[in-house]
Amino acid sequence: MLEIKNLHARIAEDGTEILRGVNLTVKAGEMAAIMGPNGSGKSTLSYVLAGREDYEVTEGDILYNGESILEMDPAERAAAGLFLAFQYPMEIPGVATMEFLKVAVNSQRRARGEPELKIPEMLKRVRQAADELDMDMAMLKRPLNVGFSGGEKKRAEILQMKLLEPKLCVLDETDSGLDIDALKIVADGVNALRSPDRAIVVITHYQRLLDYIVPDTVHVLYKGQVVKSGQKELAQELEKNGYAGIINEAA
Amino acid sequence: MNVITQMKRTAAEDALIDSYGVRVADLPGDAKVTVKRDEAVELLKAGLPTRKVEAWHYTDLRRLLASVPGFDLQAYAEPVEPLLAGASVLPVLNSVAGRAAAPDGAGLATFAEGLASGEFAALLGATGHDDTVSTINSALVADGFVLDIPAGAELAAPVELQNVHGGGQAHSRFVVTTGAGAKATIVERQTGSGAALVSSISHLDVGDDAEINYLIIQEQPQDVSYLGQINISIGKGSRLTLFVMNTGGKLVRQEVRVVAEGEGSQFKLRGVNLLSGDSHTDVTMVLDHLAPHTVSTETFRNVVTGKAEGVFQGQIRVARNAQKTDAKMACNTLLLSDEGSFSAKPELEIFADDVACGHGATVTEIEHDHLFYLMARGIEEKVARGLLVKAFVAEVIEELEDDAVVEALEAKIGAWFAEHG
Repeated sequence: MLEIKNLHARIAEDGTEILRGVNLTVKAGEMAAIMGPNGSGKSTLSYVLAGREDYEVTEGDILYNGESILEMDPAERAAAGLFLAFQYPMEIPGVATMEFLKVAVNSQRRARGEPELKIPEMLKRVRQAADELDMDMAMLKRPLNVGFSGGEKKRAEILQMKLLEPKLCVLDETDSGLDIDALKIVADGVNALRSPDRAIVVITHYQRLLDYIVPDTVHVLYKGQVVKSGQKELAQELEKNGYAGIINEAA
Repeated sequence: MNVITQMKRTAAEDALIDSYGVRVADLPGDAKVTVKRDEAVELLKAGLPTRKVEAWHYTDLRRLLASVPGFDLQAYAEPVEPLLAGASVLPVLNSVAGRAAAPDGAGLATFAEGLASGEFAALLGATGHDDTVSTINSALVADGFVLDIPAGAELAAPVELQNVHGGGQAHSRFVVTTGAGAKATIVERQTGSGAALVSSISHLDVGDDAEINYLIIQEQPQDVSYLGQINISIGKGSRLTLFVMNTGGKLVRQEVRVVAEGEGSQFKLRGVNLLSGDSHTDVTMVLDHLAPHTVSTETFRNVVTGKAEGVFQGQIRVARNAQKTDAKMACNTLLLSDEGSFSAKPELEIFADDVACGHGATVTEIEHDHLFYLMARGIEEKVARGLLVKAFVAEVIEELEDDAVVEALEAKIGAWFAEHG
């Protein structure tokens, strides 16, 4: 489903190279974890996948279902089924969360040639998703993410993911800022989305999240390259021995 | 004091002075009114203000008022759909007060009657050489409405004062007086069709302990020079919310003059300027806190597209005995075009020593992070930008705290974005 080939990317503003030849393949139905120390390029990879303009791809390609998405803007990628759960979801004053959800869902449906959802159907879906994530509907009347706690923001991201039903989910440090109860709720939400036609990429610094979201594959990102790939045991090894061993091995 | 050097008159200045000659025989007024009109025309002969006159520094009227059309008294003008459902509409069509019944619980007369009797002679005339809006209007004003909301009255339905032109020139006035404890929502609409010079002056006298909402909605077509002014006095313990929205016109000047006369009065001004094309829009406010314990907040949100220019001048003056005054002013602009501009000039003049006064002005572009976030959820760029711009102005609209008003204004704003966003 996702093939990243020799991907090089730099910060558009100052030309600093962050990704230095990432190779990664994720199949439909797979839960892949990308781990790595701070500064290894994990968040950059997630932004480049989503199409953020602050980064320039200088070499390589990203194939989604066999086709390059490099020329697509973030909205087109989202409509095609890609979803990034942000590490730091933005607060947007003046845009009511409910209104945002409605516009987002219907924009994607329009782009895919599907009929738009009417308000009652939309409300029903939102209410169900909010219930499953133990979120208060009153929160959704507030401006998007404004005044939400760290945990509420992460839940709101998963709520969006449930409603948008993407095919490729990229979760950037979804565990940061969550207490253990919230972590379980969020993990349940992610696990519920596992399906044979959907791939999920979990980006995380720590093993903790992977106790609740069990990956099929684990990839270690270091200095902008995938230096080691393995099964879920690799995550446990990292937790026990830290990144130093693998980094030395790669060097 | 500024000394105005005599320059060769512009075509617009000549046309203005000639307008008086054309209309004088038909304009209502007793001898006192005629004297005021003649004095105003003498002031006009000194020329329109240039940027050397401080109050007009950012709006060089002499340069910007390129032409003045003649009168077209036969032009077609009709009342427009009111902003709020169920409103009692009082239309002034081409400077003539249309037939309308007095709103339930209020008294109604025409401005022309007050001119004919001489009652309103005192309202005519300028406060100084820079009071050009009053000068032009005093010379040429023909009619308008006089609304009297008696003490204790609570108007169930909103009242909408409409000033609608069909092109040419239109000069009118509205006088609104509210008694003690009165409650009402009043909308003033400034609109029309065709190229025009419009001047409109309102006098709003809010009695003690009253609660009044007053909204000025200016949506002139693009070939209109619009000169507006509202003169407000607020009585003891009263609450006045004034909302000003400018979405049209080629050259717009809206002056807001407020005197917080009564102790403990509260004044809230919210404004939205949606600027497009090559228009020039200026909102100039002078607010005098004359009594102790008066509170005021002023917030403007401006959106600039195309080659539009915007101006906000806000002057707050706190008199020596107006202790415990609390005044806060903010002017925030979203600049969506490299060719547009906005000038903000806040001024505080404080003569009391125990007050809290502040002001701030910002000019920003759309937040790229916000845009990326919305697009990452599948919202196309144009739609995402529209959402963010609407959000920027929605914040002040929501502060009006009246669902019907908020909804009606959001619909207006939505329509503007559909056309200009």
